Amino acid sequence: MHRRFLLVCGMAGLASALVAAAFPTGVSCASGQETIAFVGARIIPVDGPEIDQGVLLVGNGKVLSVGPVGQAEIPANARNVDATGKVIMPGLICTHSHIGGGSGADSSNPIQPDVRVYDSINVRDSGFKRALAGGLTTLNIMPGSGHLLSGQTVYVKLRKAETIDDLMIRAGDGWIMGGMKMANGTNSMREDGGAFPGTRGKSAALVRQHYIKAREYRDKIARADGDPAKMPDRDIGLEAMLEVFQKRRVVHHHTHRHDDIMTVLRLAVENDFRVVLHHVSDGWKVADKIAAAGVPCSIIVLDSPGGKLEALDVSFKTGGILEKAGVLVGFHTDDYITDSRFFFRSAALAVRAGMTREGALRALTINGATMLDLNDRTGSLLPGKDADFIILDGDPLSVYSKVLETWVEGNRVFDRNDPADRIYAVGGYGAGHDQDPYFCCFHELMMQQLGISSGND
Amino acid sequence: MNNHFARNSARHLSVVRQSRRAIMPVLVGAMLFLQSAGTGELAAQIAVRGKMVYTMAGEPIADGVVLVIDGKISAVGPASQVPVPDGYQILTAEVVTPGLIDAHATAGLSGIYNQAHDQDQLDKSGAIQPELRALDAVNIREELVGYLRGFGITTFHTGNSTGELVSGQTMIAKTIGSTIEDAMLVETAAIIATLGPRAVRTSGSPGTRSKQMAMLRQELIKARDYSEKLAGKAAAESTGGAESAESAGKPDDKSPPSRDLRMEALARVLNGEVPLMITANKAQDIATALRLAEEFKFRLWLDGASESYLMVEEIKEAGVPVFLHPTMTRSVGEYENMSFETASKLVAAGITVTMQSGFEGYVPKTRVVLFEAAVAAANGLTFNQALATITSDAARVLGIADRVGTLEVGKDADLALYDGDPFEYTSHCIGVIINGQIVAQEAR
Repeated sequence: MHRRFLLVCGMAGLASALVAAAFPTGVSCASGQETIAFVGARIIPVDGPEIDQGVLLVGNGKVLSVGPVGQAEIPANARNVDATGKVIMPGLICTHSHIGGGSGADSSNPIQPDVRVYDSINVRDSGFKRALAGGLTTLNIMPGSGHLLSGQTVYVKLRKAETIDDLMIRAGDGWIMGGMKMANGTNSMREDGGAFPGTRGKSAALVRQHYIKAREYRDKIARADGDPAKMPDRDIGLEAMLEVFQKRRVVHHHTHRHDDIMTVLRLAVENDFRVVLHHVSDGWKVADKIAAAGVPCSIIVLDSPGGKLEALDVSFKTGGILEKAGVLVGFHTDDYITDSRFFFRSAALAVRAGMTREGALRALTINGATMLDLNDRTGSLLPGKDADFIILDGDPLSVYSKVLETWVEGNRVFDRNDPADRIYAVGGYGAGHDQDPYFCCFHELMMQQLGISSGND
Repeated sequence: MNNHFARNSARHLSVVRQSRRAIMPVLVGAMLFLQSAGTGELAAQIAVRGKMVYTMAGEPIADGVVLVIDGKISAVGPASQVPVPDGYQILTAEVVTPGLIDAHATAGLSGIYNQAHDQDQLDKSGAIQPELRALDAVNIREELVGYLRGFGITTFHTGNSTGELVSGQTMIAKTIGSTIEDAMLVETAAIIATLGPRAVRTSGSPGTRSKQMAMLRQELIKARDYSEKLAGKAAAESTGGAESAESAGKPDDKSPPSRDLRMEALARVLNGEVPLMITANKAQDIATALRLAEEFKFRLWLDGASESYLMVEEIKEAGVPVFLHPTMTRSVGEYENMSFETASKLVAAGITVTMQSGFEGYVPKTRVVLFEAAVAAANGLTFNQALATITSDAARVLGIADRVGTLEVGKDADLALYDGDPFEYTSHCIGVIINGQIVAQEAR
């Protein structure tokens, strides 16, 4: 009972004596307004050179300034926090996550732009706590890859939350920000046919036909010119496609094999959608083509190749090769495929295989923000941006380093010194409760090895 | 499907070609014709010099040298005391360690493609099949085995996977060889059993944890009877008489049992020859495994053990080693309470811990014990303790410490070379030597 209470407070940020005790300096769960100066840390602002001994000043949930100790101005009302020996950098941005057990399209059709992943997410899932322990502050939560188009994704900040609404990122006009998930290759094909494609050729044909239909819907609305009598019947799926045509809703496209990657690029040109390529296992084989198309890549780094035919050639070297070719590179956890607590590891392994350190750190932060159209508000420590940052006890690319604190919009949302948070950083009895792992398209063998019956989809 | 086959063959060829390429400069450089080592390739005289040499048999040696001849280690010590004779090929590295040991894998039985034709790690036709040998299923040329080798893993304990109550046998082999016979160290290393939800069948038995235990106990009792009958028969033969056989009692006992591979395999567990490796993750399953070992007095290897930190006293008391689940395993299902600190808690209590790549059903298709031990090193184990989990301690637990696991004179010349702290993500494995042969030199 006691444990459960702590967990709820940690997740939902209920004001309580326990929480106050966890923040001895008087910062409550819901501060963020306070002006705080973190003094003495090595600061990696990502936009701008690293500062050996710097000051990060935050207030009103924003970054106020970043500068070297001695030069940075610290207002009299600021609370000073000694961060000597620590490393401060922007919160990490995962461009592809399945935390929260969200779902998207059902088995009725391979193309379902009407479904929204945010209608299905459990914000109390312990995966969110592990993500904070890994230093993640912004996620793109997606439906799965078992469909050609599996629905609308949602961009979230890992604020303290009681409902998904607390996590959503909204545009200036209130629009709930997110992309459109698409996939090609084997995950979205079905052997038993039905409405689903059985081949890659059929997959592309279904997608092309869908875009034609969506354009007709768009054109009908244009022709109606505001006359209700001439308007087509409202179709919430095609409405979402209008946002794709407006380039507001970016297509996040699962794709592995080099020929599937080329198919995505071809369809994006024909159908005029903005796209980010995801996984991109074979991306290193067609890096120049991706670069020429100007399409960003969000890549996954796995411990070994194989496990599915499309991932036979997945490699640590993909990030470095794409970087060299001039592609905007980001990383993702694909959590539950890789645990969010090892997100830094993805970048470090890419560096092991040739990516630059600077490029890898950008790929974890600002590049991901750019892919989600959030680069004006997060992803680097520029003044005016949201105060989304993390404090580490060592170099971000070292296996030995730990995320000590994670801050979102000026609020501390993870503190490794707090036992209620620490259990999610290292694990332990009770760490996995309240989670609802996402299992679409996982190999049955995988569920078996985890000790989960396949009926538990 | 032919594509897959062609691709598979091509990859195997390339592995062989690569190893030949690596050997050629050795031959040319040394201008020596040496006798062949285990894998059929020619061995050479090699000197490995490391800024830090972790022998795992004593303190690490700064600026150390390991001399290799005829596949064995012939000298180990500081460079000041171990001169390199003429004609030796010299390899240098920041860090030199014994070749790493993967204490529990399925690679070789489970292949990279994850298609039916390369997944031989689990036969589901029966709940209890201890007679299934790993030997008959390992593809030593499997690409995943070569992948592991590239990170410095020179020995692996592989075989039938967890997932049925008793799924079969495991073996220990080097990670290179033209055939499994070439690579083999131990033909039957253990028999694999599984407790808990992974070995619960949706139809048929065992359908519950209690039934799992009942079936295991009954089968072990049968195997004991089988052994006793065989022993009775042997005793009767040695005293040479129908008389004594008659006096043994019931008419049934007169006829010796016909040979039964299943009973034979379990009898080897009961007589202590072969350990029973039981995968048990939840605390209650660990308790069950200990209870079973206590009743039948077999050698227990505890595998998985995600909640073992709750059972430290009991495991220590039983004197059982732990083959810990991959430290980076996903925390759901039986692993929902897994902790990065389990290894350090067990080691602090004096329990021997080893690391495993385990079985992976999807992606990544295998894990790498170097990386798994690194996470333990970052979560409470010292560098040396973490390295021991994949070298000396693993060798000792697996019963192969006379051959591998440390850098000592007379042991197999299995070495791994790194350009920095092997546990750091950004370091590389820059050389692998097995049986005195350089099998990898590409930075990985």
